[in-house]
Amino acid sequence: MAARRLLSWYLTVFTLLCLFCYRITVATDEIEVCTSRFWFNYRHVANTLSVYRSVKRLGIPDSHIVLMLADDMACNHRNPKPATVFSHKNMELNVYGDDVEVDYRGYEVTVENFLRVLTGRLPPSTPRSKRLLSDDRSNILIYMTAWWNFYNVILRLLFGQRKLKQLIGENLSSKPIASWNITISVEKRYNELLFIIDTCQGASMYERFYSPNVMALASSQIGEDSLSHQPDLAIGVHLMDRYTFYLLEFLEDIHPASQANMNDLFKVCPKSLCVSTPGHRIDLFQRNPRSVLITDFFGSVRKVEITTETVKLIPNITEKNEKLTEEVMLTEPQKYVQQMPVAEIIHQSIQMCWTQHSNANGHYQKWSQPFKIKYD
Amino acid sequence: MGLLSDPNRRRALTSLVTRLNTPLCVLCYLVGVSWFMGLAFEPFMLRTYMSENAMGSTMVEEKFVFGERAISYTREFAGQKKKTGGMPVDWLVKTMKSRGLEVYTQSFSQTLPFPDEVKERYMVRGTNVYGILRAPRGPRTESIVLSAPCSEGNNNNQAVGLLLAIASYFRSQIYWAKDIIFLVNEHDLIGTEAWLEAYHDVNMTGLRSSPMQGRAGAIQAALSLELSSDVITSMDVALEGLNGQLPNLDLVNLFYAFCQKTGVLCTIQGKLQRNDWDTLPGYTHSLSTMLLMVLKQGSGHPQGDHGLFLRYHIEAVTMRGINSFRQYKFDMTTVGKLIEGMFRKLNNLLERFHQSYFFYLMPSLTRFVSIGYYMPAFGFLALILVLRAGPVGSAERPCQSTGGWGQRRRAGDIQHFPVSETEAVVLTAIAIYVAGLALPHNTHRVLSGAGTERGWRSLKLFSLLYLAVLLGCTTLINFSLGFILAVTMIPVAAFIQPHRSSKVLHGVALILVSPATTLLLSIYLYHELIEYPVSLLECWQHFLTAVSQGILDHHLYGSLLYPLIALFIYPCWLQFWNIVFWK
Repeated sequence: MAARRLLSWYLTVFTLLCLFCYRITVATDEIEVCTSRFWFNYRHVANTLSVYRSVKRLGIPDSHIVLMLADDMACNHRNPKPATVFSHKNMELNVYGDDVEVDYRGYEVTVENFLRVLTGRLPPSTPRSKRLLSDDRSNILIYMTAWWNFYNVILRLLFGQRKLKQLIGENLSSKPIASWNITISVEKRYNELLFIIDTCQGASMYERFYSPNVMALASSQIGEDSLSHQPDLAIGVHLMDRYTFYLLEFLEDIHPASQANMNDLFKVCPKSLCVSTPGHRIDLFQRNPRSVLITDFFGSVRKVEITTETVKLIPNITEKNEKLTEEVMLTEPQKYVQQMPVAEIIHQSIQMCWTQHSNANGHYQKWSQPFKIKYD
Repeated sequence: MGLLSDPNRRRALTSLVTRLNTPLCVLCYLVGVSWFMGLAFEPFMLRTYMSENAMGSTMVEEKFVFGERAISYTREFAGQKKKTGGMPVDWLVKTMKSRGLEVYTQSFSQTLPFPDEVKERYMVRGTNVYGILRAPRGPRTESIVLSAPCSEGNNNNQAVGLLLAIASYFRSQIYWAKDIIFLVNEHDLIGTEAWLEAYHDVNMTGLRSSPMQGRAGAIQAALSLELSSDVITSMDVALEGLNGQLPNLDLVNLFYAFCQKTGVLCTIQGKLQRNDWDTLPGYTHSLSTMLLMVLKQGSGHPQGDHGLFLRYHIEAVTMRGINSFRQYKFDMTTVGKLIEGMFRKLNNLLERFHQSYFFYLMPSLTRFVSIGYYMPAFGFLALILVLRAGPVGSAERPCQSTGGWGQRRRAGDIQHFPVSETEAVVLTAIAIYVAGLALPHNTHRVLSGAGTERGWRSLKLFSLLYLAVLLGCTTLINFSLGFILAVTMIPVAAFIQPHRSSKVLHGVALILVSPATTLLLSIYLYHELIEYPVSLLECWQHFLTAVSQGILDHHLYGSLLYPLIALFIYPCWLQFWNIVFWK
């Protein structure tokens, strides 16, 4: 009896507290696409995976992420370190990790599948992990990287461009295309959409957008090429593209409670570092970018439903249940471990490069046990 | 109306061509020859560049450090070779097995039509030993070949030693996506031909071989190594293959890129690159490099073991280590790093080489001339034949005529004369050739329209067109051969006439451009270019050797030079000879 009263008191207090800690309920969904195959396009997969890792670190769960990778770099025969994909040279940061979930892989990454994910027109047998479970209050982040020919086709289909017959060689009339244009906004599948693309001539991708509440970022202007960042001499390929490399560094400084806004994101990778000129488009967006937090798109806040009602427990609780609840209460509280101390590694590595350049073996040894999960 | 369909204009054009025929022909010839010479001038050439995306722009850091191991393998191999007096098959099998490769042997035998005096062999019997390094995670559908020939004496021991050291190093790496075949072949070209034929399950040259037991999938590229010294001063690359086929330019670019990276001096045709292209010595240097390549390609003889791979669409080059009198030497480790780097790049390939050029000329390792640039040189020469044939054809009606006919005889046993078999064969060929010179005395009895003006004109028309078609087809396949024949034969063929007064002059001119004399002069030019001049007698010896080698090449590897000369070029030449002595 005493415990029952205690419990109901707890619940009442909790709901009252919630009235004072009211937060905007925002869920973020995320789609990351990499469409390049073959070993020499290692960097595109590394780009996508590094954004994936940042976003997971900031709180978006796998159920809200659709990751599309067109080729398997980690298990490619040519990879001298199997089951890893590195984004920093000297193999400092393995962005593949242990818990990556790739939803669309290999030949499943097609224009059609991408559009179906976005519009939600998937066959009923599609599992939940392959669907974009967004509603009219979700913010969607779309990140795309690879060679621009693929995107030329998709984005014209999606956000504009009536003359598509010659592009994809199919017979499409303008009506279904136009209907796709407004499908996403009419069906209210998103609240706000942030679109980032890292490819050559990226600005051509967002030129034709006209759906409302879309903000777009691209790594280069029309006529410019997006360049790759650094090669790794042991693996023999370029590891990242410049824009995404500096984007990743910027995101490392963001934590779930950060107040950084979109204007800071627009300043990522100026021309002196990126060689190409990154661009952005905000005219379709309703809010002022200064008031939009980075975590609105890159982080996730769990849905909290506030209710002012009190909940009454069922009167017939036996003594056995009382004992069980007592035992459960006695265990220690658990907490999540810090996933990846990425910021630490990046900053330290820059220092390491200058000091420990000669002792290559020592360097490798230091990072051979990188990310032990601490159970404390 | 069009230029050719309007009869008035056509008549005007024809009259113009007929009037200015000789000057136009001379002009075309000069333009053609100067175009060819101009190809070696640096501003007209393109820099080489890597076309294959999959090989990528970044390079890996090579970690091969086992030069000492290579030297120790070399010593062992040399000892074993001396002990067995040939190829130490058992030792090789044992060593490769202990390094972790799948080892197989293949024995072959071939009987030459007559003894080869250059290499001193007649009935050849040998064994090839090859070890396959299976890709640890790969699907085993593609492979790359590294081959080293097992030669007599002390040649190429270091090549085999380095091959074994590289094999043991490669075995411990996990990043191979293709299988690697390490091949040690006996009797150089014959062994390679035997291995390739058995691998691809064809029988083109009548070789007998044991069935091939181990295979590794389709071969994407091959590298043949020839090293005869512990240290080298430079690496030479040999490109020309059988029938003048060349490997894809990307493979040559890959070799050059890695030579730059490891700092090894690299040469082509044995010549180093020069930077002073705007001076006369600089220009003659690149011209001589290009002419050497033209001569070697024209001979149709494979310049290394790689030459036989090309026929199966396997891009291959031969790398030769040269130890000259320079001060700075490179050791085995550096050469090993060079090969390791090249193989890692070849490992990244997704398809066979197809992005870069297959037809090119290289005046230096960083410059190339593609087919689009050198073909016009031949085009102008072929234009001469068309110009000459045009007026002749439009004024005449075609009538029946037959051309000359040459025959090719296999050598049988000639026991009555004190000459060796080789010499007998060669001298028989030359005898048939010389006998053909007597043909005009007999043809006029057989031909209709003999003794008339029209007779020889129609014969000339036919011969000119035949020569044009022949040379055109030859040039498409082997530009160098076609061009050499064109440059020598076309001017004389165009101006040949049966004038009573200048018969001797025309006859001598025709003999000077006959295929045999062209061969003699080419040998002389070749020796001049490699700065090893020969006297007339030595030149004659070389000539006889070349004829016998041509016949042997045809029999052993399917080279097409000798049949082409004997069955097509020579009869064409005989037709012109007939014209000179027309009665």
